[in-house]
Amino acid sequence: MNKINKQLRKEAIITVILYLIYFIWWYSFAYGLGDADPKNYKYILGLPEWFFYSCILGFLMITTLLWFSIKLFFKEIDLKKYEKNIGRK
Amino acid sequence: MEKIKLILPLLIYLGITLYIAYYNSPRRKKSKNFTNEYFIGNRSMGGFVLAMTVIATYTGASSFLGGPGVAYKLGLGWVLLASIQIPTAFLTLGILGKKLAIISRKIDGITINDFLRARYQNKWVVIMSSIAILLFFMAYMVVQVIGGARLFEVLTGLDYTVGLIIFGFSIIFYTVFGGFKTVAITDAIQGVIMLISSIILFYVLKEAGGGMRNIMKTIYEIDPNLLTPSSGGAITKPFIMSFWVLVGIGLLGLPQTTIRCMGFKDSRSLHRAMVIGTFVVGFLMIMMHLIGVMGIAIIPNEQLGDKVIPILAIRNLSPILLGVFIGGPLAAIMSTVDSLLIQTSSTIVKDIYMNYVAIDIDQKKLSRISLFTTLIMGILVFALAFHPPEFIVWLNLFALGGLEAVFMWPILLGLYWKKANSTGALLSMGISLLVYVSMTLLKINIFGMHQIVPTIVIGGITFIIGSYLDKSSPKEHLELFFG
Repeated sequence: MNKINKQLRKEAIITVILYLIYFIWWYSFAYGLGDADPKNYKYILGLPEWFFYSCILGFLMITTLLWFSIKLFFKEIDLKKYEKNIGRK
Repeated sequence: MEKIKLILPLLIYLGITLYIAYYNSPRRKKSKNFTNEYFIGNRSMGGFVLAMTVIATYTGASSFLGGPGVAYKLGLGWVLLASIQIPTAFLTLGILGKKLAIISRKIDGITINDFLRARYQNKWVVIMSSIAILLFFMAYMVVQVIGGARLFEVLTGLDYTVGLIIFGFSIIFYTVFGGFKTVAITDAIQGVIMLISSIILFYVLKEAGGGMRNIMKTIYEIDPNLLTPSSGGAITKPFIMSFWVLVGIGLLGLPQTTIRCMGFKDSRSLHRAMVIGTFVVGFLMIMMHLIGVMGIAIIPNEQLGDKVIPILAIRNLSPILLGVFIGGPLAAIMSTVDSLLIQTSSTIVKDIYMNYVAIDIDQKKLSRISLFTTLIMGILVFALAFHPPEFIVWLNLFALGGLEAVFMWPILLGLYWKKANSTGALLSMGISLLVYVSMTLLKINIFGMHQIVPTIVIGGITFIIGSYLDKSSPKEHLELFFG
């Protein structure tokens, strides 16, 4: 049983790390590129560069990274065996 | 004729929803364990439905009307703020999902209170949490319904009351007879409608504005600050950072999301839901809020932010497309209300009635009482929406933050911290709520942060202090949660 608990803890930690990665990405591109005179903004797909990197690319990045992390680190657990009272009453 | 074209897509969509409700009705299937079937759908949700119901429940009137309205006033900075919500779906599911799935099966629990009761073994924790759910959910539902009926009035030109009746009848009908499973499946359909709806409006507006680059150019000419992350100083850093709590980690205990962690089928569904959910929520949030920004170039000088989306839709869409579009915001509202309604009912029936009033009760009577409770609460919500009392509108201001203040720490620490006990939980729930409400009322801002930030910090500290003041739960009891 303890093995499962360890696995759950690991998955929770990975989730938090992914959350932090998104935060850092979101913050650095938005304020790193965006805190400037809008006169000098460059544009990608019609959108200001900071916005494209921070929001659009950040969104695609985290979805992909999440997908990979789940494939690599998340384990399937049989939930059925915890069920009790099936069909009772 | 014009009106029929408008209403037709809506009626088709409502028809499908009602049919699904009938098809999934627990009564029709004569299930053995009624409350399990009615309030949690026998834990049968797959990945797609789980993802969509989490998102659709969370996405209400504000993501379709209020939020884009503010983006219209403040520009791209507000879209940046809205993107904070993108990772929230996977954060909640990733941290709470499997643990709650396992524990709820072990204790045969189907409500948040079942979990809190088993973990803390304290009557007052359950009572406080029930009161919080009932009060905040009622306020939340009534305000959502008002938003929906008003929108219906603006978009179709039909009377407010007509909208309220069509709306009320369908939501109440399918929730009462269909239960949780129908709510989840209709949420999935409503989520898809929301996506279609936002894609249509986004695409049409992009064309109307002559492409994205052109739109941004026009906005630059109106006010260059609208293109900056801080909106020229209107969105300060402490303010935007607060949203990492308010619509970020704070959502970790939100009852309407947490309950869904008890209802999915297997761990694969959860994994899939994390990815699908993140993708869909990101897509929706960016698109809807960008639409608000694009509105600056297309209809400058609109005074009321809330009206921007309806006006953009009316001016730019053909009647039949407009009819399809209306489905989006209405679906957003319906999918929120139905979920809160069934959870309100489960709180009354399972947490209060079955625990403290009638302990032993036969299944037949129970099913009647459950349907009846959902019906009464549904009617009450719509009755209140006819003439909303000021108290309800006032209460709604605290709904989201208040639920976070009450539930985040007891759920999170209850799952991951062995020393957590009822003294800590009670202390934290009471003090957080008090801090949040009084700071909001007195308009106290520390360093320009939203009140939820100090609330969550104080809530965490009081929880830990309280837990150390008393002894932990007995070892055999903890086995159930950490063994």
